[in-house]
Amino acid sequence: MSHYLPTTHEHDIDPVEGRMALVQGNKTFAEVTEAVVRPIEIPHKRWWIAFMISLTMLSSLAVSLAVLLWEGVGVWGNNIPVGWGWPIVNFVFWVGIGHAGTLISAVLFLFRQKWRTSINRASEAMTIFAVICALLFPTIHVGRVWVIYWPLPIPNQMDMWPNFRSPLLWDVFAVSTYFTVSLLFWYVGLIPDIATMRDRAKTKIRKIAYGVFALGWRGSHRHWVNYEAAYGLLAAMATPLVLSVHSIVSFDFAVSQLPGWHTTIFPPYFVAGAIFSGFGMVLTLMIPLRAWFKLEQLITIKHLENMAKVILLTGSLVGYAYSMEFFIAWYSGNPYESFAFVNRAFGDYAWAYWIMVSCNVITPQFIWFKKIRRSPMALFILSIFVNIGMWFERFVIVASSLHHDFLPSSWDYFSPTVWDVSLFIGSFGLFFTLFCLFLRFLPVIAIAELKSVMPQASPHYEAKPKRKRHITKSAVGIVESQDTSGHDEPSSEVSESQSVKVVVSGASKAAEPEPEPEPEEAKASEDDKAEEASDDKAEASEDKAEEASDDKAEASEDKAEEASDDKAEASEDKAEEASDDEASDDKGSDDEEDKGNG
Amino acid sequence: MAKRPKVYGLLAEYETPADLYKACEKVRDAGYGAWDAHTPFPVHGLEKAMGLRPSIVPWIVFVMGFSGASLGFLLQWWTSVVDYPLIISGKPYNSYPAFVPVVFELGILLGSFGAVFGMFGLNRLPTLYHSLFNSSRFSRVTDDRFYISIEARDPKYDPEKTRELLDSTQALHIEEVED
Repeated sequence: MSHYLPTTHEHDIDPVEGRMALVQGNKTFAEVTEAVVRPIEIPHKRWWIAFMISLTMLSSLAVSLAVLLWEGVGVWGNNIPVGWGWPIVNFVFWVGIGHAGTLISAVLFLFRQKWRTSINRASEAMTIFAVICALLFPTIHVGRVWVIYWPLPIPNQMDMWPNFRSPLLWDVFAVSTYFTVSLLFWYVGLIPDIATMRDRAKTKIRKIAYGVFALGWRGSHRHWVNYEAAYGLLAAMATPLVLSVHSIVSFDFAVSQLPGWHTTIFPPYFVAGAIFSGFGMVLTLMIPLRAWFKLEQLITIKHLENMAKVILLTGSLVGYAYSMEFFIAWYSGNPYESFAFVNRAFGDYAWAYWIMVSCNVITPQFIWFKKIRRSPMALFILSIFVNIGMWFERFVIVASSLHHDFLPSSWDYFSPTVWDVSLFIGSFGLFFTLFCLFLRFLPVIAIAELKSVMPQASPHYEAKPKRKRHITKSAVGIVESQDTSGHDEPSSEVSESQSVKVVVSGASKAAEPEPEPEPEEAKASEDDKAEEASDDKAEASEDKAEEASDDKAEASEDKAEEASDDKAEASEDKAEEASDDEASDDKGSDDEEDKGNG
Repeated sequence: MAKRPKVYGLLAEYETPADLYKACEKVRDAGYGAWDAHTPFPVHGLEKAMGLRPSIVPWIVFVMGFSGASLGFLLQWWTSVVDYPLIISGKPYNSYPAFVPVVFELGILLGSFGAVFGMFGLNRLPTLYHSLFNSSRFSRVTDDRFYISIEARDPKYDPEKTRELLDSTQALHIEEVED
């Protein structure tokens, strides 16, 4: 048991998948909606505090931008040879963070990683806001902001076109495409949830605002068919896109002739670093979020653990890339290359280099320890180090390679000015302000998607929890109470649909109230059966579900040859077991009745 | 004299995806055409129970993505070979390997437009008003209830018989919705 399930507290088991349920607390669909939407409808005091702090930081951005535009780029510490300085460091830093969202929503979607549904919405939002911050920096770094449209192929009076052979131009196309596609992806995912907000809205302004953005969504399955096709294809296109974007960002460096930049390892190394930093930022945002919004049952410890594992993997890849850079610098026999790397680790910027190594290579190794990767606090602290480390990585790449260029007479040391710092803080202000607004007005969890991965979402899941939920007064620690989830139930129906909810106090969850006959596994979880069962079931269940649906479809066409003898029995049976027999039997008899009626 | 409001159709409400699935099979087998299922989330496999054909969105995406990529190449080729040939770092005018990133990005960009706006077009979105919104119970379609709507314009629609059909399913509630 201990291999799969934590021993510290009991967890609900998904009766279809046989593994730990993605939504804990035995929630109904309505309770999931409620859990996600409630914090949006009633703003939290903590939200106001966070928002005020963000706004303060944002004002730092406004001031720095004003000073920059008034005085020019001379207010920064950029010099020759270090012409790129902090703006490009910050650009790469923010673009990197912007990679986790699409990775979670697209790559994990294609790999059918269902746990992504609890975290994809907020990560996508994070991506979009991070890319906005990223786009800011090259825009202002060009100096003459008012001619920023020059990289775009717009016919002009000079009859000139941009140089399509330049990686900097590829970057313009890559990052702007990435921003547009991420935004579309995010919005498409939001439509059903905005419709939920619309249908719950009480005030006129909310009704209109959500109503317009929901586009009149009415959950039609004819729509869902097109919707899912579009969503899947967006994921399929976003996956190579996300890999291409940071590869192209790395081309900005790798295609140049500068020792320390001109390496073929850059594209994969940058992509690994981007995923690493992106997941770091997701953890930084999600850990407080799940606590403040009380979403622990939706964003479970298992979700955090999975993200931590991604951090461990990509952190190790990044560490491998660091060492491989050194190996190649030596193995190539190129003295300039060797100099660049020795200088990087032991030169003027050695301090930055070793901060980078300790944050990016050493910190993630703590994730090997289960205690650490299952502790939100430890992961939060760790994620901060990841963020710091990845900023320093970009700083090391930019500053240490540039400051000692080909001519020793032009060597110089780069140090930032107060305006560099205030601009960087300001970009965090922009990021957090946007994120706070997102938390305030949009569902932070993809409600519709999350419901679709719950076991009862399967059309072959026959259990009806409401009818089977008995109250056992004998069990210790079980308190019965009326359902107070606050759903606006049409009164006529209360008795019929909304049963008495059983609130289990503390860790006594183990004593499930008279478990539903259906999810046998849930009961079994208490004893050792679950351990063996869960493994096979997890694999078998998906196949089974598919088979079942096939069978059903066939059965309906065959119009029932056999009479149903054990139908009553079967309906009491387990979901998996029932799938084959029951499907055909049930269907057959239904069809017969139907014929009789018609 | 006030005109009697037109009827949009019948709306049946279900509690679980399983009930909805079986009901959809019945409605499909009864031969209805203008009907729909409404769910808070995509119920997988329901398109089979409804007898729906696969989406054509992938074809739109293919056409759009391909034109995006072609346009991307034409743009770069025309500007660097035809309109303003210029030797840059000793490379040939048509240095096509360097054009790959922009070709790729524009292909993805237009393909995504095809996916999203193609989906909107096929689904006739935005449609801010719909007759089903006249039903007060229908608001739970975005929360935890599942519905079947059969439209009055369907040739097989008959107020009595259609209701009987829906009655024979596990419907919690059946109502007539005004247009």
